[in-house]
Amino acid sequence: MTERTEQDVLERIERARRRRPRVTDERITLSHGSGGRATHTLIDALFLEAFRNPFLEPLEDQAVFSVGGSRLAFTTDTYVVSPLFFPGGSIGDLAVNGTVNDLAVSGARPLYLSAGFVLEEGFPVSDLRRIVAAMAAAAERAGVQIVTGDTKVVQRGKADACFVNTAGIGVLERPVHLSVSTAHPGDAVIVSGPVGDHGITIMLARGELGIESDLRSDTAPLTELVGLLLDAAPQTRFIRDATRGGVATICNELAEASGVAVVLDEEEIPVRPEVRGASEILGIDPLYVACEGRFVAVVGGDEAGPAVEALRSHPDGGAAAVIGRIADDPPGLVLVKTGFGGMRIMDMLVGDPLPRIC
Amino acid sequence: MCLGIPGEVVALDIDRPGMATVSVAGARRQINVMLVEEERVQPGDWVLIHVGFALAKIDEEEARLTLSHLEEMGQAYRDELRAISQSRID
Amino acid sequence: MRFVDEFRDREKAQVLATRIAALCEPGRRYGLMEICGGHTHTIYKHGIEDYLPEAVQLVHGPGCPVCVIPMGRVDDAIWIAEQQGVTMTSFGDLLRVPGSRGSFLDATARGADIRMVYSPLDSLRIARDNPDRRVVFMAIGFETTSPSTAMTVLRAAAEGLENFSVFCNHVLIIPALQAILASPELHIDGFIGPGHVSTVIGCEPYRFIAEERGRPFVVAGFEPLDILQSIQMLLLQLREGRSEVENQYTRVVPWEGNQKALQAIDEVMEPRPTFEWRGLGWIPDSAMRIRERYARFDAERLFDIPATRVADPPACQCGEVLRGIIKPWECRVFGTACTPETPIGTCMVSSEGACAAYYNFGRFSRQRVRQATPA
Repeated sequence: MTERTEQDVLERIERARRRRPRVTDERITLSHGSGGRATHTLIDALFLEAFRNPFLEPLEDQAVFSVGGSRLAFTTDTYVVSPLFFPGGSIGDLAVNGTVNDLAVSGARPLYLSAGFVLEEGFPVSDLRRIVAAMAAAAERAGVQIVTGDTKVVQRGKADACFVNTAGIGVLERPVHLSVSTAHPGDAVIVSGPVGDHGITIMLARGELGIESDLRSDTAPLTELVGLLLDAAPQTRFIRDATRGGVATICNELAEASGVAVVLDEEEIPVRPEVRGASEILGIDPLYVACEGRFVAVVGGDEAGPAVEALRSHPDGGAAAVIGRIADDPPGLVLVKTGFGGMRIMDMLVGDPLPRIC
Repeated sequence: MCLGIPGEVVALDIDRPGMATVSVAGARRQINVMLVEEERVQPGDWVLIHVGFALAKIDEEEARLTLSHLEEMGQAYRDELRAISQSRID
Repeated sequence: MRFVDEFRDREKAQVLATRIAALCEPGRRYGLMEICGGHTHTIYKHGIEDYLPEAVQLVHGPGCPVCVIPMGRVDDAIWIAEQQGVTMTSFGDLLRVPGSRGSFLDATARGADIRMVYSPLDSLRIARDNPDRRVVFMAIGFETTSPSTAMTVLRAAAEGLENFSVFCNHVLIIPALQAILASPELHIDGFIGPGHVSTVIGCEPYRFIAEERGRPFVVAGFEPLDILQSIQMLLLQLREGRSEVENQYTRVVPWEGNQKALQAIDEVMEPRPTFEWRGLGWIPDSAMRIRERYARFDAERLFDIPATRVADPPACQCGEVLRGIIKPWECRVFGTACTPETPIGTCMVSSEGACAAYYNFGRFSRQRVRQATPA
């Protein structure tokens, strides 16, 4: 019997990771909402298992289908952020921008949103007014209309103040077929701006950790930036907005779905000093922290330069950068070249460092 | 979690002696500085923070010495390389 | 970031790597143990092993305070959290550590009030703000952290708080080191010493390791250059046939330690006769408990804790990993049954645990740099 080598063990682990996940937990825990591995397992093994159909299977952030000759994109998102109001915006801004962005990153022009509210008995009407005003302003800025909605009220204690769900429809006028499974070795990975602003802002706004800063949420519509990107880089493979789980999660999803390695260069990833500082204090990695107005895109290697230049021409894209490349080996893994010159793995998020951030 | 990181003292809390505001790249937190009382930390000093307490004042001179020692080591190394490559030319 | 970025300089790292390689005697292998969880984390996170020759192997020791907590104590903590009116507060790292009936996170899902805090002072604030709740702080850590717990108890006493207590699981580094040195299976040539523990206890306590046990000991900082420089200093000692305690982390660690911190610990805590460590068994005088005069802040006195002893699951080899006898990948359940998502033991859960660090950061085959040369 041969001695087990390190390589044998690593290969066995990779085989185990490729097996279909199952949900074995008896109860939902906060990990299921973090956007990391537990969330993915829940979606795959529970929701997809039950609902299975070709539109859902790609598990993109939106579904794309044709109706009467038009290609439409359709998405939904629910917002449970706490606190409701924070530097840079509110749950209202997230509810509009988040859904607009899920449409925009498929290459669609966002058109119409629905808005569903679950309100707790006792919730101040003045707060509701503020939220709704924010949604109206965000909708106007994003060029969408909120055309239908619903309101429910539950007894005190049965919902935390205010939850909002928005669903959105957009039309795909460009002949693009963006997908998480089409990255090729040699492609470049781009981020549209500094990462982690939103998640850290929320965490600090909760006040429990006693950390203060001048950070603001980065919530913003990405439609214009996506447009600039697709004009400059028609061979773009994939765009996704970096929400729960952050940039690292998207890269892992990409590596797994495309069967490639994503190799990031730590020094190239834009991070604001305060995000870095707060992350160091708390021992978390900014790459796992949510954004609400940033996307990660994969473009052909030779289109990277023009893509970044185009993004930087926009006020929201000043810090856009190429943060890594796609390689063929080791497939399914995300590697980070550290500033120090070493190499480390960046796995799918486990657990939930920041609950209820969007 | 059990991390110790360097932070810059930005203000001493006048209302609560023993507490100070410390900044890590702009992220600020109230830190208890009673364990470094004897160092008499002032705004501008750097301390090592761990779970909300300053454990030590960072000795900037020692930091400089450590780095310059490494720099010298580097310089010696580069000189050695240069000497080697020159001897090859000869 | 100052005092951080400068100590991550790649060029200086390459110089140190060359020096380290040059100090290795041909044909000799070196086992250097790092005892602090923070070092384990940094080593993997920055890929420091890429700068070391094959001849130099880093061995992970029991320096992760979360990792050494036995399952029984986790169960006890969860039991406290599930008592009427209790708000348990804890560092984030502990929330997913598995007890025999699940982790803190699972207990929260069942309805327990468990909150993450960054500092014991935050726990105190929660107690102040919620006089109707019994707030308990799950105190863990080596000597780096015990002063903070002690100072917090003193603060609570000064304020006359009646609803705050500490479940004390603080452990001591020297007994852990003695247990390591007593292991016949280990071949450790030198130690990379715990930088932050040493800010409190100073460098003197390690003398016996260098003088009586003949192993070089270098107190090391936590940035990549600190660790590489410490390795270089250890190999230099070995090359020159010395065994001494040296301080690499001079910008932070005072040789005599922090007297105020030691006094605070001594005022509030006393050593327990014995304490159970995962993997190392029962070690006398290796952990602290709250003194009688602060009994009103001692959760072990206020609550009638079941104190059941729970054996580690049979598959778990955390003990051997913590003693440095096996590497994480050598554990039979590493990466398959035991993953960060489905951890069997503590080493896979704590961000400072060797298994977690290796799985999260180091888990792919890399070429070991034999001799770093400038680009």
